[in-house]
Amino acid sequence: MIDAVDKKLIDRLQAGLPITSTPFAAIAAELDLDEAEVIRRMQHLLDGKILSRFGPMYDAVRLGGGLTLAAMAVPENRFDEVTELVNAHPEVAHNYRRDHRLNMWFVLATERPEQIETVLQAIEDETGLSVLDLPKEEEFFLDLRLKA
Amino acid sequence: MNDAPLHLDAVDRALIKATQAGLPLVPRPFELIAERVGLDEQAVMDRLERMQVAGAIRRIAAVPNHYALGYRANGMSVWDVDDQAVDRLGRKVGALAFVSHCYRRPRRLPDWRYNLFAMVHGQSRDEVEDQVGEIASLLGEAAQSHEVLYSTKILKKTGLRLVG
Repeated sequence: MIDAVDKKLIDRLQAGLPITSTPFAAIAAELDLDEAEVIRRMQHLLDGKILSRFGPMYDAVRLGGGLTLAAMAVPENRFDEVTELVNAHPEVAHNYRRDHRLNMWFVLATERPEQIETVLQAIEDETGLSVLDLPKEEEFFLDLRLKA
Repeated sequence: MNDAPLHLDAVDRALIKATQAGLPLVPRPFELIAERVGLDEQAVMDRLERMQVAGAIRRIAAVPNHYALGYRANGMSVWDVDDQAVDRLGRKVGALAFVSHCYRRPRRLPDWRYNLFAMVHGQSRDEVEDQVGEIASLLGEAAQSHEVLYSTKILKKTGLRLVG
């Protein structure tokens, strides 16, 4: 369970950490906490998987890499097996099950743009299923902040 | 900011590799990273700052688990919007407070007809349906059809691994 202080901290942490020598002390001062408590609570939130991750949010495309969203229609009786095959690729950053004919949706990030096609082809070969490649063409807003 | 990829040298790449899984939770995280990559703390901060200014780092932040925050209904709403109107309307949809991401993506006919994606999050599917209704009114006749694909399980969420 998370308490009101955790919520305040999660809201603040989604907005971005200052790049200074002691960033957790800076956050602590803003929230009227102490640095050790901020660090302890963050560790707890990460250990409890309330936070998926904490760190720099790199933009694959601005770093010269490739990024796409891919979708597959996976037969129910093969779902776990195909999940393992797809997730085994380190380029797969996120993978979600969705209730649709296209029931597996994953984000692929690669160091070089041309590797997207190679990885998608490998996934098609390994699974025997076809993959829809749906790269973003335009981004209208990106604000992953959810009120805690 | 221009759109050309940022030029990265070997030191930047080492820094990305050392931080892409997350930042250490210690009082001086950049000093610890600096020790690991053989730089000093100021150089690490300068390089991260440069990447952030260039947009290669969006921000240094926490990514919450939607489910754990009580957002039990996470829907990817997908819309078939007139090509002439999609960019103008996409900006409006993206500006809605409850939309966390909004993208234009290619159609893949005949398998996939939707070109606008808007992610919406709520405590329940009813709440998400209300939000989807707001998007529908905003798009009006420019949207031929739409669907909402709810996520039912996180199968993987490690974040990007850009440098191996």
